[in-house]
Amino acid sequence: MRKLTLAALLGSALVATGVQAECDFDNPEPVSILANSFEAWKVVTDAMAECGNFEAELDNEFRTKQPTAFASSPSLYEIGGVSNSTITPLLNRDLIRPLDDLVAKYGDQVRPAQLIKFDGEVKAVAMMINTQHLMYRTDIFDQLGLDVPTTWHEVLRAAETIREAGVVDYPLGGTFQTGWNLGEEFVNIYLGYGGEFFNSSEPAVNNDNGVKTLELMKALTEYMDPEYLVSDSTYVQQQFQQGKIAMANLWSSRAAAMNNEAESSVVGKVGMAAAPAVVDGGKPATTLWWDGIVIAKNLSDEAAENAFRVALEGLDEDMVRKHREVAAWLVPGYEPTPLAKGAIESVQGGAPSYPSRVEIGLMHTALGNNVADFLTGKQSAEATLRAIESDYRTAAEEQGLL
Amino acid sequence: MNRKTFYLFVGPSLIMMLVFIAAPLISVFIGSFYVTRSVYEDVTVESCTPGFTTQTCTTEVRRKPIIKDNGEVLTNTVFVGLDTYRTLLQPERVKRAFTQGQWLEPFRTIDFYKALRFTVMFTLITLPFVLVVGLSIAMAVNNCVRTLRGPIIFVSLLPFIITPVIGALSIRWLFIGDGLITRGLEQLTGQDISMFAQGWTIELLMLFYRVWHVAPFAFVIFYAGLQTVNQDTLDAATVDGASRWERLRYVIVPHLQPLIIFVTMIHLMDAYRVFEEVIGFSSEAHVISLQWLTFDYLTPDDSGNRAISRASASSMLTMVGIIIILIPVLRRTWREHRTGA
Repeated sequence: MRKLTLAALLGSALVATGVQAECDFDNPEPVSILANSFEAWKVVTDAMAECGNFEAELDNEFRTKQPTAFASSPSLYEIGGVSNSTITPLLNRDLIRPLDDLVAKYGDQVRPAQLIKFDGEVKAVAMMINTQHLMYRTDIFDQLGLDVPTTWHEVLRAAETIREAGVVDYPLGGTFQTGWNLGEEFVNIYLGYGGEFFNSSEPAVNNDNGVKTLELMKALTEYMDPEYLVSDSTYVQQQFQQGKIAMANLWSSRAAAMNNEAESSVVGKVGMAAAPAVVDGGKPATTLWWDGIVIAKNLSDEAAENAFRVALEGLDEDMVRKHREVAAWLVPGYEPTPLAKGAIESVQGGAPSYPSRVEIGLMHTALGNNVADFLTGKQSAEATLRAIESDYRTAAEEQGLL
Repeated sequence: MNRKTFYLFVGPSLIMMLVFIAAPLISVFIGSFYVTRSVYEDVTVESCTPGFTTQTCTTEVRRKPIIKDNGEVLTNTVFVGLDTYRTLLQPERVKRAFTQGQWLEPFRTIDFYKALRFTVMFTLITLPFVLVVGLSIAMAVNNCVRTLRGPIIFVSLLPFIITPVIGALSIRWLFIGDGLITRGLEQLTGQDISMFAQGWTIELLMLFYRVWHVAPFAFVIFYAGLQTVNQDTLDAATVDGASRWERLRYVIVPHLQPLIIFVTMIHLMDAYRVFEEVIGFSSEAHVISLQWLTFDYLTPDDSGNRAISRASASSMLTMVGIIIILIPVLRRTWREHRTGA
């Protein structure tokens, strides 16, 4: 018995020293984070946990909880995981702490490009870029002698060739699930055509670019699984992994799954490229997203300082070296893998960032709820765009934006 | 029981009902006549987005809610009367469509009527199926060997025990693109089957799912009722030469009448709140229900906006709908109660 206790003590001592070795400082106070639930957040929060006294809550519903949790005093979570769109409600309600002083004190390892500034103040530290870009089956492209498409019209031509060759069930995959996903697809292509969503706060999608966007989306669906209106990112990822599709404009955070040997039958056969443009020589028709951390405003200075140090521990070189393939990291020390090629090329090609502002949430909802009516043939393009504008206007009036 | 004891017993549940049912209902009712808006100001902000090497910064004019000194967002609540209901019901558009003779137009284009069409249809179609399937299982179990009854009851109750959303999701996974059942059917028929590609097949799946899920409830109630059917009457009917069908029609069904009404009422109330099917089958592109509409208004978007007023109004309308659909059943029960039948 005594031996056993001794062994247990030794064991825990080893674990404890192990923890200290990983983390630069001993975290004295409890720190918690509320963030979205996907692989990158998991590895980052695991790295933060090395400092001890740390609790991570990764939840897909974080966007509903975060503003309320941060509004209480003191805030229920010290750290928040946000993206460029979910930071909007926190900024609007003034719930996050400017980080300039803390970055000056502890941020040697943070690159200036990671600092997210609003009106001159650092409000967040970004850790990764996420964007939808082209993934394609290199073996099929080689076999059929196809070039990697750079525009959506080339994608359509390649899809035609692939369909004629009959090598996969469906040449194209797409995250066209009604709702947020479908809205995002519209946003990507519409911005690719150079469209503007608003004229001050008035909606402005009922125009030529809107019609062209809808028509391109419809043309793409011809090559997709007929159940495209229920296909979300996970479904498209699985279609890829099971070798059912040959191309898709999919999130770069899904790239690693293509080479996951436990799930994928196409390991090493999926190539990454920039998102296709809509016009020859145009910018990639996709939007850039970043994910990063914020610190709650309703905290004492000591608590905020402590939380910030823990947060940086999650975004250090150690973490990024261990998990290179998980995301397109912005953290120093990151050496891109071939999986990040599509994201990097899209950024370098000048893809715009997602136009996050308070109106876009309403517009995105209106798009997500109405675009399907055109794709299923229930409505004409003009009627669909009119319905989108009228939905947006109703919602914006209720919010007080119009 | 004297009055005091009566109130002591009933009091706690009365208080609970007031706090948890009446009060929220009243607050939603009042909320549907008001709109709370944030007050926005235009600010010019410079915002920067990270890149791998450099940042892109843009300066633009943005709308930002005004923050009060105490850190809360400045809002402005106004009484709007029936305006929110008008936004939902769009009476002018309906009138225009009707005067032009396009009777079906509102049911295709206006969210509320789209949802209403599906909700009412869903409720009325599933009802007879639930009653007939429930009664059939009950009769079957009642007529089978005693030793088999236990296991059969257990198996037929299973669908009712499953959490609705989970049940809907499992049906989805069975029937989606390369689901188990779709694959089997494809191999049998040699055709490509896509149950989720068009509206009517999704609706069919939703109806099927609901009947599968609720029939066990009807079965349990009817099975209990069957135990009290007067055996002498049945025997007498047999002696008089009544066929199996006639015994069912003239002895069993009249005996179960109150239970049939009970199951009908519960099912009407339940099915009118159809929601899980829409979420489970992601049917939003083709069909939506009234409860889903309320849910959609309540769900905040990425920018944190939610439409509380429209959500309140649409849940009030759902409640009114349930009351209307229950009126025929309630009137019947009331009449029978009065005549002492």
